[in-house]
Amino acid sequence: MQSVHHMLSKSVRREAAVSLFFLRLHIPDPQIHPYNIMSPTVFYRKEWADLEPVPQDDGPNPVVKIAYSEKFSDVYDYFRALLKNDEKTERAFALTADAIDLNAANYTVWHYRRVLLQALSKDLKEEMKYITNIIEEQPKNYQVWHHRRMVVEWLNDPSEELQFIADILSQDAKNYHAWQHRQWVIQEYKLWDNELEFVENLLEEDVRNNSAWNQRHFVISHTTGFSDPAVVEREIQYCLNQIRKAPHNESAWNYLKGMLQDRGLSSQPGLLERVLELKETHCSPYLLAFLFDCYEDALENIAQKEKVEEEEQKETLRKALEICQLLAQEKDTIRKEYWEFLGRSLRNKYGNGTLSDELHPTNVLVI
Amino acid sequence: MDNMPNPLWCFREQQSAEMFLDDGVETVTSVEQKKVEKSIQEVMSVYKQIHSLPQPTLLREQHYQYLKKGLRHLSDAYECLDASRPWLCFWILHSLELLQEPIPAAVASDVCQFLARCQSPTGGFAGGPGQHAHLAPTYAAVNALCIIGTDEAYNVIDREKLLDFLWSVKQPDGSFVMHVGGEVDVRSAYCAASVASLTNILTPKLFENTTNWILSCQNWEGGLSGVPGLEAHGGYTFCGTAALVILGKEHMLDLKALLRWVVSRQMRFEGGFQGRCNKLVDGCYSFWQAGLLPLLHRALYKEGESELSQQRWMFEQQALQEYILLCCQNPTGGLLDKPGKSRDFYHTCYCLSGLSIAQHFGNMDNHYEVILGKEENRLAPTHPVYNICPEKVAQALQHFLRMPVPEVSRQPGGSGEDRPSDAAAASSSADLQS
Repeated sequence: MQSVHHMLSKSVRREAAVSLFFLRLHIPDPQIHPYNIMSPTVFYRKEWADLEPVPQDDGPNPVVKIAYSEKFSDVYDYFRALLKNDEKTERAFALTADAIDLNAANYTVWHYRRVLLQALSKDLKEEMKYITNIIEEQPKNYQVWHHRRMVVEWLNDPSEELQFIADILSQDAKNYHAWQHRQWVIQEYKLWDNELEFVENLLEEDVRNNSAWNQRHFVISHTTGFSDPAVVEREIQYCLNQIRKAPHNESAWNYLKGMLQDRGLSSQPGLLERVLELKETHCSPYLLAFLFDCYEDALENIAQKEKVEEEEQKETLRKALEICQLLAQEKDTIRKEYWEFLGRSLRNKYGNGTLSDELHPTNVLVI
Repeated sequence: MDNMPNPLWCFREQQSAEMFLDDGVETVTSVEQKKVEKSIQEVMSVYKQIHSLPQPTLLREQHYQYLKKGLRHLSDAYECLDASRPWLCFWILHSLELLQEPIPAAVASDVCQFLARCQSPTGGFAGGPGQHAHLAPTYAAVNALCIIGTDEAYNVIDREKLLDFLWSVKQPDGSFVMHVGGEVDVRSAYCAASVASLTNILTPKLFENTTNWILSCQNWEGGLSGVPGLEAHGGYTFCGTAALVILGKEHMLDLKALLRWVVSRQMRFEGGFQGRCNKLVDGCYSFWQAGLLPLLHRALYKEGESELSQQRWMFEQQALQEYILLCCQNPTGGLLDKPGKSRDFYHTCYCLSGLSIAQHFGNMDNHYEVILGKEENRLAPTHPVYNICPEKVAQALQHFLRMPVPEVSRQPGGSGEDRPSDAAAASSSADLQS
């Protein structure tokens, strides 16, 4: 080029210089490349000319080498340059959005964006709009939710959160990140008031939504608690109603047990009888397991009474072992090893109706 | 000499009775579950038609080629994992070690050099060269280096800086953030405990309050959640439990409740595991969930439980192997979540890890195997705490236990930029030496 340069007219030379200038920046020369046809992914402007991009240092013999697109390499080469110079400018901030768009899981970029948000005193309300859009697009990413949490904290403004999360949950009612963010907002800003209603609506839509059952437990344990007998009775009623509608819904049974297990299943008078009633028409492996748990808890309590009703203990043990066997052999065979272990354990602990456990041969520890 | 093929669990007469019963109440959960069961049923029925004598086969050669290539080159589809490249190293190397495929010395050395470039100057490993340190790639990098197990590999790890990094992410309440300025969840405790124990930089002070924090993650369901209050989840339950095992505190969990929760996560029809109650089966939970059974077996044994089986874990090992071999293999190599999903290295690693757990009961002294299909389906055993082969765990421990525990030069909870006073630094060193 240089040898013929002097032969070209001034206007042609200027044109050539402009072309070269664009080429060095890896930008499609608009004279030669009409918008988007040749390199739609490359987008750099002359504002970046002062910065030398930093290629990734994978070393001479890379492993797990990703075949990055041209745009990806470009954006990240410039991102590395910014990081190296610790540059805190508008263009750096704009670039983080491009880097995030290419890989929203790059936590280094998110961290840098947060540094810039503060250093440039960026409008955090605008940032809320930005993060809202990103989460809608990629709701199963850790970094986006963490970023939202940081912005909400900085603004000290949770006012949009419950509605936003409700919207995400309307698309995926079990999104773990969404529930985590929701619990954080509610606890941090004491927004308990309408949450039980929210949970009930979700359970109305899908009574099998285990995340909603968990949220129910969360709300109640942090508000009224489960010590109030009126609350417990209300919850038992609620569970049994759901079970009557859909007997094979494991979540409802787990909730029933989970709520009562600390106090012991036999602490609730009449519950065993209500469950035995259900057994006739609404049986399931979950019901049987619950019965087993009731009998086991009863055995636990019998053992602690001074006057041991030997017949009573024997009968309870017999019923418990019968259920174990039914589950292991027929109703829940996938868990055969487990139910058989429980049967052996129970027999070992309460078998032979003896009080003096230390004399029982099966209590000898295997060393 | 091949085994007499066992009748397949999934072809039992009563198997169709195991399909989901929606009680006439259709919800999103039941609709999705039934869809998956239908697709599993189709896979099983096609298999039955083609094979008169069912002998599920692990597609070793295909998986090997897929892994061998991925260790060097990945398509641009992997841009989304550009901040997880040590994970890619671990997933691939661990899969190869389970398949008992040797890693050529040159490749191993290249991995060491690459991971060295992922190590942060302030300690810990990052998702790629030039990125910030993060506990997840730190876990993956240390595991990958221990799989390689050469002096070159061990020497990559800057133990002093690693300890600094762990202190820099430690929180006063016992939890750890995943990276400076990052989020807290129970994965971080596992990543920290894993790398600290393997490299012998673990001290009680580093994990002060961590036990109680992890315990607070066990919920009403019996499993553990990512942070206190959330739903019990297989991945987080594994992390919390394994971390407690490393800290020697697993007995403080309600083991019975945890056992009930995890065994209930095996799907009666599919044979694989779900991550949470009322969600779908996924091949990766073959490790996160099934891997809990060896941990619980040992924990219960230590608590004096006399009725534990001496031959089997407390889950249906054959059914899980069937799910993995029949439903989770891509015929061109790699494993996956469930039929219809794409293969990836994460699922390849965890499906194979789960298959190994399902094949091997016990430890070095008492070992009982259940191999579904040909003897060639046999994988190497994996350590249920670290998920690398037990020999590599032993070798790493042996190597690093010869070294002194480094002295800490930073205070906890800081970003690493805080400078402690000399007095504070001196007194914390004294604690560590006790």
